[in-house]
Amino acid sequence: MKPLSIAFLVFTLALLGFSTYQALVVAPTEATMGPVQRIFYYHVPSAWVAGVCFFVNFLASIVYLWKKSLNADALAEASAEVGVVFCTIVLITGPIWARPVWGIWWTWDARLTTTLVLWLIYVSYLVLRRFAAGGQTRTLAAALAIFGFVDVPIVYMSIRWFRTQHPSPVMGGGENSGLAPEMLHAFLWNLLAFTFVGICFIAARYRLQKMENEVEAAHAQLALQGGGQ
Amino acid sequence: MTRGNVLRATLMKDLRMEWRSKDAINSMLFFALLVVVIFSFAFNPTAEESRQIAGGLIWVSFLFAAVVALNQTWARELQNQVLDAYRVSPAPPNSLFMAKVLGNFLFVVILEGLMAPLFVVFYQLRSVGPVWQLIVVALLGTWALVVNGTFFAALSIRTRSREIMLPLILFPISIPALLAMVDATTMILTGDGTPDFWLKMLLVYDVVFTLVCLLLFESVLNAE
Repeated sequence: MKPLSIAFLVFTLALLGFSTYQALVVAPTEATMGPVQRIFYYHVPSAWVAGVCFFVNFLASIVYLWKKSLNADALAEASAEVGVVFCTIVLITGPIWARPVWGIWWTWDARLTTTLVLWLIYVSYLVLRRFAAGGQTRTLAAALAIFGFVDVPIVYMSIRWFRTQHPSPVMGGGENSGLAPEMLHAFLWNLLAFTFVGICFIAARYRLQKMENEVEAAHAQLALQGGGQ
Repeated sequence: MTRGNVLRATLMKDLRMEWRSKDAINSMLFFALLVVVIFSFAFNPTAEESRQIAGGLIWVSFLFAAVVALNQTWARELQNQVLDAYRVSPAPPNSLFMAKVLGNFLFVVILEGLMAPLFVVFYQLRSVGPVWQLIVVALLGTWALVVNGTFFAALSIRTRSREIMLPLILFPISIPALLAMVDATTMILTGDGTPDFWLKMLLVYDVVFTLVCLLLFESVLNAE
């Protein structure tokens, strides 16, 4: 690893430590929900990172289709994988928080359902990448990525309409009523730390993918030169 | 060759092949019939209940049946390297795509026409709302499934285990369209509310994804 990468990693770890301290110790305990509300400091930043990842995936896919750049494709794959990981964290921390606060693990509400559909779309993207063969994988995956991203607002609109039309389950709590300054403080630190963690993950995965591309190119070169002996 | 000529030639070829073999329509029909029978065993609904669940039932069975036909769309073009020949020819790719979409659309609409009486008989359906709205939902919804399905069939034909791949990538993207079709159909059948929003939603979905398909099809066809 290059010194710059190491410095970035150390900085991210330090930031993550500090933000964890902010979330678990400094931030006050929420009046009605109690300590379980602290999951908020992980839940929402994870959702933010997942959203950014999927957006990066969308942009990288367009760039790949346009320029046929292998690096853009590597970035698309890296961001989709990291996005799915953070989206999974959101889908796991959500029910853990919902159970004591709402009394149910899951409700088919607009935001929950959209997140689940988002997760399904990007898992199907990763499945396509595993199943497609050869260089055409990249084009096929980029096309599907564009479909997926275009679909997200439509999913959100339709589910919101579906749920406001029908009687919705009892909802309460949430952070809608505005955050106390100390909470906002802890939240913003966590948002920053998680963003850096996301960048670290994407960078590592991107490097790995570039190496894989180089190995593949070297194999192809070898096969051309000596018939693979 | 102009766009119209390529489109017409490809469409007529597909229709003629289907007319002589009846592969797609027969397999879809039998598959949809099986789904209808299995659902009725699984839920055993009364006439009132079936009106509530019919929207979901109808569209899930059509969706599954459509996948059977969509999977065959490009398979016959792989034989004798027809698709490769198409790539090197100067014919516009989007005409090929639209011909396939129109062909599939026609097959699925015919299937729906044939299945509709069966649903009425088996589930004692009687629509409270106007029937013409059901036809509009069927046309818009079928287009939504078929345009994306044809595109994704072109993706999945290039992968290993291609038959499995199509539903895996088609279903997540189709969730909003399916939701619109099911909810609109239920509203019309029960007479509970107007489906205007869903019709608009389906129209937007159709326009947006038809455009995305036309923009991307050439790169997918030429993917190496």
